[in-house]
Amino acid sequence: MANSTTAKTKIEPAQQSASTMAVIAPAIGWLIPGAGHLIQRRWIRGMLLLISIGALFVLGLMMQGHIYKANGGDILDILGFIGDLGAGGMYIATLAMNGGQGAIAFAIADYGTKFMIVAGLLNFIAVADAYHIAIGKKQ
Amino acid sequence: MTVQLTHFSAAFVFALFASIVFGITHRETSRDMIRYGLYCFVMFLGGALAAGWAMWLVRR
Repeated sequence: MANSTTAKTKIEPAQQSASTMAVIAPAIGWLIPGAGHLIQRRWIRGMLLLISIGALFVLGLMMQGHIYKANGGDILDILGFIGDLGAGGMYIATLAMNGGQGAIAFAIADYGTKFMIVAGLLNFIAVADAYHIAIGKKQ
Repeated sequence: MTVQLTHFSAAFVFALFASIVFGITHRETSRDMIRYGLYCFVMFLGGALAAGWAMWLVRR
C-alpha cells in the first residue's frame, strides 16, 4: 500500500508535466513553426520545420502572393484563410504589416498565394506532431 | 523585395520544403524520415514533370 502511494506521488508530477506540455507545445508550435519541437528538445526537427515552413511562407510573400482575411465571403477565400491561419505568428505579423494585399495578377503571384496556404497547412501537421510527441505517442 | 521564380524552380522549392515537413511528421525514426522525405520529393517533382509532359502531349 505504501509502495503504491509512493509510486503515485512519483508519477503525478510527470503526468502533470506531460499534460502541460501537451497544451504548450502545440500552442507555441502554431505561433512559431517548429517551436513545439524545439521546446521538447527535438532540435534538428524543430529547426528543419522552422526553416521549411518559414521559407515557404516568406517566399510566397516575396512572390507577391495574396493573403486571405477572415471576412472573405467566397468559400474559396474562407478555405484560403484557414490555410493561411495555420502559419500562426507569421500570418499575424504579415497582416499587421499590411503584407500580401496585392491582387493576384500573374502566375508567380498565384504560386506565392499557394505557397503561403501550404505553409500554414504544413504547420498544422507540425503542430499535431508536436502534440503527439508531448503525449508520448511519438518519440 | 520580390522574387521571380520559374515554374520549375517554384515546383522544386515547393517539393523540397513540403517533403522535409512530411518526412519529419509522418515517420518515427530518422532513417525512415529521410527515406520518406526523399520519396515524397521524387513523387512531387516527378508528378509535376509527368503532368507537364502529359499537357504537352494533349496540346499537340
